[in-house]
Parts: sequence; C-alpha cells; structure tokens
Amino acid sequence: MTASPERGKRTLVTGVIGSDTHIVGNRILSMALEDAGYHVVTLGALTPAEDFIKAAIETAADGIMVSSLYGQGELDCRGFRDLCVEAGLQNILLYVGGNLVVGKQNWDGVEQRFLEMGFDRAFPPGTRTDAVIQLLNEDFAKREADVGAEAR
Amino acid sequence: MSDPAALLIDFGSTYTKLRAVDLGNGILLGSGQGPSTVTIDITVGMQTALDNLEERLGALPDFKYRLACSSAAGGLKMVTVGLVKELTAEAARLAALGAGARLVDTFAHTLSKRDVANIIAHDPDILLLAGGTDGGNSEVILHNTEMMAASELACPIIVAGNKSAADEAEQFLREAGKDVRVSNNVMPALGTLDIEPARAAIRSVFIERIVHAKGLDRANDFFDQLLMPTPAAVLEAARLLSEGAPGREGLGPLLLVDIGGATTDVHSLADGLPTEGRILQQGLPEPFMKRTVEGDLGMRHNAGAIVEAAGRKAVATRAGISVGEIDALLEGIARDVEHLPGGKQERTFDAALARAAIQIAVKRHAGTVEIVHTVNGPVAAQRGKDLSQVATVIGTGGALVYGDNPTSILSGCLYSEDEPGSLRPRNPVQLLDKNYVLYAVGLLAEAEPEAAFDFALGSLEPVNDGPGKEEENELRVTSG
Repeated sequence: MTASPERGKRTLVTGVIGSDTHIVGNRILSMALEDAGYHVVTLGALTPAEDFIKAAIETAADGIMVSSLYGQGELDCRGFRDLCVEAGLQNILLYVGGNLVVGKQNWDGVEQRFLEMGFDRAFPPGTRTDAVIQLLNEDFAKREADVGAEAR
Repeated sequence: MSDPAALLIDFGSTYTKLRAVDLGNGILLGSGQGPSTVTIDITVGMQTALDNLEERLGALPDFKYRLACSSAAGGLKMVTVGLVKELTAEAARLAALGAGARLVDTFAHTLSKRDVANIIAHDPDILLLAGGTDGGNSEVILHNTEMMAASELACPIIVAGNKSAADEAEQFLREAGKDVRVSNNVMPALGTLDIEPARAAIRSVFIERIVHAKGLDRANDFFDQLLMPTPAAVLEAARLLSEGAPGREGLGPLLLVDIGGATTDVHSLADGLPTEGRILQQGLPEPFMKRTVEGDLGMRHNAGAIVEAAGRKAVATRAGISVGEIDALLEGIARDVEHLPGGKQERTFDAALARAAIQIAVKRHAGTVEIVHTVNGPVAAQRGKDLSQVATVIGTGGALVYGDNPTSILSGCLYSEDEPGSLRPRNPVQLLDKNYVLYAVGLLAEAEPEAAFDFALGSLEPVNDGPGKEEENELRVTSG
C-alpha cells in the first residue's frame, strides 16, 4: 500500500472479489493505474464485497475496480451498488472486469446484467489496461463537467 | 556500601504494592503492601505499604529510583472514535489498549448527539479521535471534531486521524477551549498501522494531566515519577523480556496472560505471520506489541460470565463438581468479591474458572486459520496472529500465583485439537510471575534494562516440564 495521495490525485480501490485467488491481472491493472496518475489502494485476492466498501470509505475513494476471474462474479457482485448506497457512497464510480461468468455467453448480455446491477462499466476478458484508463479519464472528466454545470 | 536499589510502586485499585529491587544483582530485596487509599488520601496507603516494606527489610535502603504506575481511581479511562469499525476505529482501539487504557467505549462513523451524550456520561480521562487514511476521508473526523468542540467534554482530546484534516480539527477544538494534541494517524494508509505515536501521546497526557486530575500526585514525596498506567508497565515488561537488554538475549516471541478480578489481559510480542507454507494473510495487520482486554472474563466481578462463555458442563467437569453446585459457588463469589477461595471445592472451582478465562481470552487474542474453497482448490486463509510457534508463555495475576495447580490453569492458553483453527501456542515454556513483579520490571525497563531483565528472569518460575526442560535450565543459569 502506498503513502498518502498527492493533492488532486484521484483514489481508486482495486481487488479480486469473492473466493478468487487470481491476482496477476489485478496487479497489472493496479500498476497501470498508478502509472496513469491514480492513487491506488490494492486489496488483493479473496476480498469480500464489504471490504471494498470499507476501504473506499476510509480512503474517500473516487472509484472501485472489481476483478473476478473464476466465473462466480455474478453471484459475488450482486447487490454491490446497494452496499455502496447503504454506506453513503451512492456516487462512487464502479467498474468490474474479468471472466465474469461461466461458459461461453454472449458478452452484450453479460455486460447488460452487470450494468443493471449498478456498475458504470463492465469489461470482458482480454481488455487492455490503456482502454480502461482512457474510459476512466473520460468518465471522471464527464463527472467534473457535470458538477461544474450544476454549480453554474 | 550496598548496591543501589530501586523502589517500584503500583497504586492498584485494591492494594498499594511495593517491590524493592537490588540493582547491582537484579534481585528482589523485598515487598510491601498497603491498602489502596486513592479515594481518601493516597499517601495513607503508601505510608502503610512503606512501613510494611521497612518491617520486612529491617531498614529501607536509599533508593536510586522511585518509580510508580497506577490503575487506581478507575485506571486510565478512554473512549476511542474512528470511521469504519474494522479499520480506523479498530486502529484507535488498539492504540488505546496498547497504552494501558481501560477502554470504556468505542465509536465509529459520524457521532450523533446521543453518542456525544454517551461519551460525556462515560466521563473519560482521554478521548482519542481517529478516522480516514491520510488524504482519505476527512468529513467524518471533522464532523466528529465539531461535535466534540460544541460539547461540554472537558478531558484532553488526542487527534490521530487523516493528517489532511488534522490542522482544521486542532483549530476547532482549540478555539472551543479544549485541551487538544495532534498525533500521527493511527492508520496512515489502508491496512497500515502506526499506533506507537498515539500511544506515546496518551502516555504523555497521562503523566502531564491524569496523574494530577486523579490526585495521584499527592503522593509526590514518595516517588520521583509516576510513569504509566499499570497495564502499560506490564506490557513494557513483556517487551523487555522479548527483546532482551544490552548483553542479554531476549526470549523472542512471547505471550503474557494477566488474569484479574474484573478482566483478563493478554499481551503478545510477536509478528504472528503465517508459520506454514502457502497461507494467505487476510484482514488488518496486527501490531507487534498487542494487548487485548477481556472485560467479561474476571475471576471475581465476572465469574458468572466466565461460566457462561466456557459452558457450565465444561467448568463443572474440570472442577470435579456437579453442574448443580456451580450456582452456589457463583453466588458465594457474587456475595463477596473480596473473598478469597478457602475450602478445597472453592479452590478447584477457582482453578477451573481461571483456566477457562485464559483459554477464552487467548483464543480471542490469537489469530485463526480456515480453509477457503476456491475453484482452484482449498486455500488456507489466516486472520490475526499465528502464535503457534511462540516459545514462551508467562502467567501473572492472583488466580495463577496463589491458586492451586498453576500448570493446569496456564495450559488453558495452549493449542487444542478441538479447535485446530485457533492459532494458539503449541509447545511453549510456561513461566509464572510468582512474586507479582512484572509491573516493577516494566517500570525499571527504561532506566536500568539490564537489572530489570535479570530481575524478571530470576523471578519467573517455570511451571511445566516437557519441551521447556533445557530452556528451564538456561533460565536458571542466566538468572543465577
């Protein structure tokens, strides 16, 4: 875990949800996010949904990046947004990615299910880190513009 | 000319205890005891104890040091506040316990008016405010600071939360006329503990403010310094024994169990990292020096609670009595908590209670390992400290020192096949603090570590044979 974030850096919480030990991809993502200028709080493998939320509260995180590689993601992630809302994090940005479901299923359907669960974005296996970072930057820029518009 | 000596004083809640130590040889010269008279005039009990010591020694030596600790007048009463219960609120709790405090309540998230009223009703000696990692959440600690600033709370407040909010928090409280100190964040980054600075801040408030507030300084003529709360002195003794002193090798990782009338304290000096192969560590990292207090496990004030927690049948079997006889024995204790066990049945019951209290307290203190089933097969996941390889267990407290069969009582802390997931010591040397000197060792540890270390080793009596045989001989040689 790294030292306190520099002023202005956005904080992201990363981890692998549920009884899932596949940590490598999550580590690569975390390093890429650091390189892209984010402050990353890494929770590692075998992380219960509640621990993501607790970490996000203490660190005042701007987003949570959930990884799931073992096919049980749909079960583990159910109610994730609701947990965030309960904890006062209703506006936190939520991304999820990996081998989210078992078997060969149509990605559009899978994505749709995770978006309905309250995730802002879902990513299929094989997504490049730069693609994720580009979308993150865009999403945060859009949020800033929205807040700015409201302020005016 | 005789060797220099030290006088070590414990102003307890029941007794004022004295230990006189020969610093040249690191041995106990004698003990003295008087009543605890803090509520009337602390000097009365102190003078009685000193007279008692003089009587036993013949004449009092000139003391090079006269150091004291105290658990009288309610101990060091603290309330802690954090953000998430398992994170900064837990870190704040660990800091207070490590400073030897009697933790009366802990709070998490934003304080409500009702919470503030509860805090004031507790009448704490110190309030510790944490919350947020550095650069993380600052709203909650600032909200809580504002609530406390607007309250009538008069005790010192230590702010040990998100450093980005520290200046503002300090200003709020100062402007409201509160005694405020800022310390390092107890959790600077998620999952990183930094509780030593907060412990030091608590200790300095204790010396500067609490000693006077509780009227302990009326005995100023009898001591040079009142250094810390008694549980902190015991923890310092454990640290010295574990780490060693100049020219003296320490005992390494150890566990210390202190069984009292109202609580059972467990101290561990160990990193507690997994000792076996591929085990995943989960949860918050544990402090190397960790103290836990079980407020529901006390030999006199909470004897009934021990029976409840351990199970009536288990206690009865261990004591060799019927389940029906337990109630009468418990009633006897409740009727007079000052009563010391007399008859054989009372004594065996007491030993069974003490063993159960130690077993539960150490189980709660030690970490656990469980098998998590993943699609890749089973994975062992550890939470808390693995104490299975800890080589030394030290027992102190009346029930152990004066009780029947201390070996059996202290063995309650050991690993059990019945609870394979509880990472308690498997094969330690068990030592007994037979003269109740650990507080004195802790007080002396800073000024005279060598003498304090020799004094401690000489006073600890091995109570088990078996794995400790060799070690036992070594101890005798070192202390001789």
